[in-house]
Amino acid sequence: MKREPPRKLTDYAPLIFPAIMLIVFFVIPFSTMITVSFFRRQQGGFYTPEFVVDNYARFLSPFFGGVLGFSLILAVLVALICVGVAFPFTYALTRTRQRVQVIWLIALLSILSLSEVIIGFAWSTLLSRTAGITNILVIAGLMSEPQALLPGFGAVLTGMVYQALPYTVLVLYPSLIRLDPSLLEAARTLGASPVRGFFNIVIPVQRNTIVATFILVFVFALGSYLLPQILGRPQHWTLSVLITDQAIYQSNMPFAAAMAVFLVLISLALVGLTVLVGGRREAIG
Amino acid sequence: MWVERKEQAQAGVSRNCCACYSCNGAGFCITQVKMCTREDVSHMSGLQLKGLTKRFGNFTAVDNVGLAVPHGTFVCLLGPSGCGKTTLLRMIAGLEEPSQGAVFLDGKDITHLPTHKRNFGMVFQSLALFPHLTVGENIAYPLRIRGVDRKTQQERVKELLALVQLPGYAHRSISQLSGGQRQRVAIARALAHAPSLFLLDEPLSALDAKLREAMQMELRQLQQKLGITTIVVTHDQREAMTMADLVVVMGDGRIRQAAPPIEIYRKPADAFVAGFIGSTNLLEVEVEGAGRVVALGQPIPGLSLPDGMNKALVSIRPEDVRLQKNTENAIAGKISFIRDLGGTIEIFIDVGGTMITTVAPPRARSDIQPGANVGVVLPAESCVVLKQ
Repeated sequence: MKREPPRKLTDYAPLIFPAIMLIVFFVIPFSTMITVSFFRRQQGGFYTPEFVVDNYARFLSPFFGGVLGFSLILAVLVALICVGVAFPFTYALTRTRQRVQVIWLIALLSILSLSEVIIGFAWSTLLSRTAGITNILVIAGLMSEPQALLPGFGAVLTGMVYQALPYTVLVLYPSLIRLDPSLLEAARTLGASPVRGFFNIVIPVQRNTIVATFILVFVFALGSYLLPQILGRPQHWTLSVLITDQAIYQSNMPFAAAMAVFLVLISLALVGLTVLVGGRREAIG
Repeated sequence: MWVERKEQAQAGVSRNCCACYSCNGAGFCITQVKMCTREDVSHMSGLQLKGLTKRFGNFTAVDNVGLAVPHGTFVCLLGPSGCGKTTLLRMIAGLEEPSQGAVFLDGKDITHLPTHKRNFGMVFQSLALFPHLTVGENIAYPLRIRGVDRKTQQERVKELLALVQLPGYAHRSISQLSGGQRQRVAIARALAHAPSLFLLDEPLSALDAKLREAMQMELRQLQQKLGITTIVVTHDQREAMTMADLVVVMGDGRIRQAAPPIEIYRKPADAFVAGFIGSTNLLEVEVEGAGRVVALGQPIPGLSLPDGMNKALVSIRPEDVRLQKNTENAIAGKISFIRDLGGTIEIFIDVGGTMITTVAPPRARSDIQPGANVGVVLPAESCVVLKQ
């Protein structure tokens, strides 16, 4: 069915409410942030409305560049691991009986309801020397003595993957449950083993879903703020941590705003690139 | 087994066989796309099902099915929805593990052989064409899996597209095709690797009536050309009659009757088969004194029931029921409804509450009037006594 395009001004009436919400809660705050990012900082106080590019200039130092690079790499790694683990898992889940699926989905939702703080401290206990999982390995005779696995990059990665994985599964689930099971069966009758059929058919058919999920998890991981602080060393802190530090503890709002704007631009560029590379073969079927 | 065939083929190359030993026992040659006529290679025992049973929890979908399908036979599994025909086909394909029983191909037990090692071709109800591949890539997929080189793949794709009458479609995407074209591509893909068994699950159900009839005939001609053993699942009895050498009527998970189409039609085994295949009149008959068999109060001369039977159900096809103007030696009835279909006229006759259907040719049109009293004659030779 083809809808008629709106002609009169009143035809746009249903859009008024969402438009106002969008302007009040998104456009105005974001514009404010962009504006503030060009203001001059008042030492020990607030900022004065002047147009300077100092904040951006300061950002282009090796230190902040390094932090930005680390944040992006961390987010990409988290997204890769999550999609890599969640895709086969979700696919297998959609092939099980309904009751099994419901139980798994409820379990995943309950993990999603945990706050970042609880996840952070739970993992810091699990990875600690005194009460951590290495003690189990010692009991099993696989290690000679318990070790602390944190703080460190591995611990940050583990925590963030744990946090993002249920989210990934829930994003993949609707698309995979709708996948026609006869596609893989057809591949099998044509001589492909189930594993080969999975790589030849299921993954390429789900290409767009995989790309979209990757982007969502990437953005989700980019905003991570608490886990790097709880589980990592200062060199594992992400740009979000530095932004908070500048905004709240250093009272340097213009610089924090500049970093935030920069982060948004870089993420948008990366998302655009992913769409360009991953979605080149246009939506099929 | 492969090596054995190769030796066999090399030992006795005849002028009809290209000795490509690609027929894999099916008598279907990959390079020539035609029946391989070498006797020693192709004609073995075919497909055999022994006591095949499938249970889902408490529900028995397929119940103790036994069937022998010789090579080159076109079989239709026919039955109402939920009768277990698709489950049976999926067990043959290896997509469903049987709860009991065994599947033999050429005397070899393949019950537990994984699907991808069976070398069967299957067309799914949803067709299951791979949307991310072109027509050509879809058809070449089974060859790609088998490591066939690109040039041979392309030649084979061309050959198959010509076979299903879609020449030059190799580079189209699946979304550009119409329903009938997709159907053909699915068939071509299932035949690409020269399967030893060709399975189709309600392949024509998505097509409109006219296209379906055309495809039925085309599919039958294709099968005869290739000589490949084919099993089609369908709920359409016309489809089964059009295509099959052997019709297997299923009901409640069991085989009710397995016979050539005309035998199924002329000699249905029971009321279920008689009612499912074409339209029929089912009448109760009784034996009265002196061994006369009586239907609707009128004796049918020449009809006798098997020994020990006093009552039975008899099936008689509408085209076998005879009408006459007088009621002498006939069952008296009244025409209650006429359905004039142009080519034939269906007449519904009310005989004391029982409805009897018959057909008449168009030239009898003027003789038939609703409300007219007529005599109905049931010739004994057309009456089939059904098993109870």
